[in-house]
Amino acid sequence: MKKELLYTISAMPYRQPIPVYGWRFGGPQRMLAVMGAIRGDEYQQMYIAARLIHRLEKLEASGALSEEAGILVVPCAAQSSMNVSRRFWPLDNTDINRMFPGYEDGETTQRLAHRVFHALQGYHWGIHLTSLYLPGDFVPHIRVMKTGWQKEDEGLDFGLPYLIIRSPRPYDTVTLNYNWQVWETHAFSLYTKENSDIDPFSAEMAVDSILRFLACHELLQAELPPGQDTISFEESRMATFYSTQAGILFPQKYPGDKVAAGEVVARILDPCTTEVREEIRSSVSGEVFFLRSARLLPEHTIVCRIIPG
Amino acid sequence: MLQEVVSAQLPVGEKLAIQKNRIAGANPEARRIAVVTGTHGDELEGQYVAWKLARLLEKKRDRLHGTVDIYPALNPLGISTIYRGLPGFDLDMNRIFPGSSTETMYEYIAQGIVQDIAGADLCIDIHASNIFLREIPQIRINEKNAQELLPLAHFLNMDFVWVHGAATVLESTLAYSLNDIGTPTLVVEMGVGMRITESYGNQLIYGIFAAMNHLGMLDEPYIPVAPPIVSTDGHVGFVNAAESGIFLPRVSHVERVEKGQTIGIISNPFTGEISEKLLSPISGMVFTLREYPLVNEGSLIARVLGGAAS
Repeated sequence: MKKELLYTISAMPYRQPIPVYGWRFGGPQRMLAVMGAIRGDEYQQMYIAARLIHRLEKLEASGALSEEAGILVVPCAAQSSMNVSRRFWPLDNTDINRMFPGYEDGETTQRLAHRVFHALQGYHWGIHLTSLYLPGDFVPHIRVMKTGWQKEDEGLDFGLPYLIIRSPRPYDTVTLNYNWQVWETHAFSLYTKENSDIDPFSAEMAVDSILRFLACHELLQAELPPGQDTISFEESRMATFYSTQAGILFPQKYPGDKVAAGEVVARILDPCTTEVREEIRSSVSGEVFFLRSARLLPEHTIVCRIIPG
Repeated sequence: MLQEVVSAQLPVGEKLAIQKNRIAGANPEARRIAVVTGTHGDELEGQYVAWKLARLLEKKRDRLHGTVDIYPALNPLGISTIYRGLPGFDLDMNRIFPGSSTETMYEYIAQGIVQDIAGADLCIDIHASNIFLREIPQIRINEKNAQELLPLAHFLNMDFVWVHGAATVLESTLAYSLNDIGTPTLVVEMGVGMRITESYGNQLIYGIFAAMNHLGMLDEPYIPVAPPIVSTDGHVGFVNAAESGIFLPRVSHVERVEKGQTIGIISNPFTGEISEKLLSPISGMVFTLREYPLVNEGSLIARVLGGAAS
């Protein structure tokens, strides 16, 4: 293991220079890069990367990494935001994960995206531990963006419950995942249960899945918990359920729970009387894949997504 | 007449409603223009235009043909909380168009706005830069729509028309979405966030009347407007800070500068030193100048229009 200073952020007056470190394992080959937190509330993503570093250190010391393995793990590039409890760049609220591939001579977050991308470029595989713009909990899964360059079958090698295929929307074209693919890295986004809190169980699941991926590609020899038979699913085919009333959200089911058609997934209560304003019932049998974590919910908003079957 | 465009219930006893002021003259179905603003909650230049335009149109109602819809606040919660984005939602409102009925409340609202404006003969989408930069009155046009929109832009009495590259991410803007469905939409940028520059507002209102006249919506003698400078006539030079600190300008907004001239300095209040002198990359006119003194490394300081197109 080698801890390496990738770059230093000195972008803000009156704050001390912030080092961004990467941890390297194996040889100099650029086989796998893992990016943790890019936004200031991605505590879970930073924690997963940190746990991965911890596990890889021991595995490397035991000789479990193959000669072909060359791995970089960056737990956090969001200290400037994280240390002041902001999700995005503190001065102008711009999102580094909407600035890729970055621009060396551009504005602040374009420059930071350039530095992150420069550090992560040229790897055969890339895994971004990321968060969704909607606060909510997921069943841990791998997500692949359908760019035409994607290698979605490799997403099965993580052994997570689901591989979700997403058709990109315009704003996706400026994310790390999309640009990794443009620059010929096989890119995956890995989502777990939490975001601005830490869920050790799903974090460990994520770490195991990355180690399993390495083992599957003969870069690691280790005894790992067996993976699941991953179900590949197009995001657009999920059953989505919305609020038609506003109020307090009381889930009755949670990510990973099975539901039968007609079952109540969540209730929306009047915030002043607790009267039930709406019962959100699943029209399909399946598994709850995504559930909003917001307590207060307006109408016309996603409450949950269910994978039928 | 105030009309509700689209609405949604908020969690605790309040409704988010997008409203418009419909001012109809003779043959209200014949022509329609939409004047929209307030997408970003910290941009207030359009508030003056909406107010003044409504007052003046009431006085001109007997000479008005067709309908003028004024939408002063596409993002009422952002304006009322002095927040640029959508409160409680991570995405910029001008990155969620054309909206959707199957995602979130704000996307549902965005879809309702697009559906309401669709079919207008002209939409004018007024922005005010942000709190960091001051802009001369200008129109921004995606190069994809330049051929169709440039002739219309000439009527709006703005100083400058910037035809910019067609970045994929801009496909999520209101203007792109409307232009994409055949509703000609011009984006106005002028002034600075959180402030109102009445002279710029008056200049635009004069231009809106000229455009209405061109569309046959105002029964008044046409008074010509000055032609704008178009970016394709020259070259735009960018000045970004290499150092963080406190920016002090050494030129004025709209001033003509020479290549190598000092635009401003980055000062270091700790030491009394000048951390950086910011020089103009080209000779020309400063059409964007930083307003907010605190800068990060990379912060945009100025844009200069000049020279031959490269």
